[in-house]
Amino acid sequence: MDRALRRKITNSIFVGLCGAATLIALGALVFILWSLVVNGIGGLDLNIFTMTQPAPGSVGGLANAITGSIFMCAIGMVLAIVVGILAGTWLAEYGGQTPYGHAVRFLNDVLLSAPSILVGLFVYEILVRPFHGFSGYAGAVALALLAAPIVTRTTEDMLTLQPNTLREAGMALGAGRGFVIRSVIWKAAGAGLLTGALLGFARISGETAPLLFTSLGNQFFSANLTQPMASLPTTIFQFALSAYDDWRRLAWVGALLIAVAVLAVNTIGRMLARETHRP
Amino acid sequence: MTATTMDIETASQPARGQGAAGEMIFRTLCFSAATLLMAALAGVVVSLAIGGWPAFRQFGIGFLFSSEWNPVTEVYGAAGPIVGTIVTSILALVIALPLALGVSVFLVEFCPRRISRPIAIAVELLAGIPSIVYGMWGLFVLAPWFALHIQMPLLMDLDPNGLLGQLFAGIPNGANIFTASMILAIMILPYMSAVFRELLLTIPSQVREAAYGLGSTSFEVVAQVMLPYVRRGTVGVIMLGLGRALGETMAVTFIIGNSHGFPHSLFDSGSTIASTIANEFAEATSDMHTSALVALGLVLFLLTFAVLATARALLASDKH
Repeated sequence: MDRALRRKITNSIFVGLCGAATLIALGALVFILWSLVVNGIGGLDLNIFTMTQPAPGSVGGLANAITGSIFMCAIGMVLAIVVGILAGTWLAEYGGQTPYGHAVRFLNDVLLSAPSILVGLFVYEILVRPFHGFSGYAGAVALALLAAPIVTRTTEDMLTLQPNTLREAGMALGAGRGFVIRSVIWKAAGAGLLTGALLGFARISGETAPLLFTSLGNQFFSANLTQPMASLPTTIFQFALSAYDDWRRLAWVGALLIAVAVLAVNTIGRMLARETHRP
Repeated sequence: MTATTMDIETASQPARGQGAAGEMIFRTLCFSAATLLMAALAGVVVSLAIGGWPAFRQFGIGFLFSSEWNPVTEVYGAAGPIVGTIVTSILALVIALPLALGVSVFLVEFCPRRISRPIAIAVELLAGIPSIVYGMWGLFVLAPWFALHIQMPLLMDLDPNGLLGQLFAGIPNGANIFTASMILAIMILPYMSAVFRELLLTIPSQVREAAYGLGSTSFEVVAQVMLPYVRRGTVGVIMLGLGRALGETMAVTFIIGNSHGFPHSLFDSGSTIASTIANEFAEATSDMHTSALVALGLVLFLLTFAVLATARALLASDKH
């Protein structure tokens, strides 16, 4: 009987520990979000969106950083969606089972998990160094390189989910393969393709490391993509590590904005993905 | 008669003007996009190798083993950041692995199905929080708390010359190797627990039921039946977490303290490869400085690549 009791106690401890681990994980999430809201919500007003970066001690906002982020993310996403959807389509519909296809898939996964700062270094070497200057375009390309593998992978997964009968039905009507893919398969997988784009966007909108030496940052308002461009993450980085209290407050506001945006986009993307998985 | 011929001609053109040429163009576009992605990865490797070549040529193999990093005298040795990267990543794993195991076992085995999904989603939300937010939280929330409630008491109570005293020595400002590892652990936890949960769900229910049927307790089922069943996958999960932790940049840059050279204790400041690049690259003082940083990048790439390729192989072999 003693042994049975010991087993029972061990078991209870184990269950308790597993529960505790879950509580720790949830606690960390709540704690982080709570600190963001507490520190960020106070500084959130209209000035944040209408005024540019202040000198320490004066009133200002994050308008230049927000615009820069939107510009670079938008261009990056357009590039990533075009390349990602086409590449994903090739993997799912054309050459995915060939040795070349396997190689593409593997290297795409490597690119997906490569440290983002290395992608920044690469773009620095090909777009910043040769043209002697940091630019918004370089930042956008770096972001595109980070989002494209995600779009590719999601596209491939979502297209593979579409039943073969759809393809056969289209081709039996005499449509070419490419036409069937574009007007039947892409439409059927529409929500799934959108998911890929959203997940890619969620990843790049908070990225800081690759922007540090591609778009660099800019303390003035600029819509010129050939010049250094501000972005929300690099501005947060600069402000958070500064010695000025008002800059740090702005950094918290920026962090709150980014976190809310990323989490919202992420959640929508996941919800859409579940819709597609359940046909 | 002419009308009929035209009809036939239009019909034989598959789908309104999409002739064989259109097919070819679309297919080629798709193929080029796939090739472009491969070229991008190859470009990353080649550009890192070319950019880092001057540093490798100048310092040879000593680049990896010397810990002297001095932009003034132009002597660069990467051992400090390399050791820092490996130490923080492994510490992060040591913290995150038991948590990830606990979370996924709890969600799969003990949790009522109705709340298991929301909890899983909440834990995965941790993965969505941008790295820079973790960094700020670490610097402004975790570090001060850690300095006040952990470092100061330990500093007061421990003999500074004793073994423990040396292990926990350091400036009590909360920015050190250990807090960086704590942040990393929170960051890799959602990835590890998500993959591990999927692994546990692949175990056939007969296997678990058979063990329960023999009278095992839940603990025994998990420890003696389920974990051995996904043994190789577990190693894959560990490598996956490690790969994530190795390349993490911003969060670590905020909180590790950014000093070169070897860390002397758990609570000493240090640097990782990624944090060194993030801090110094835009302000590199000379060509050799830049080159040394790019060479560091290549080392980081090779480390993560090796780890992630292993993770992939192990996970793939366990899913069948």
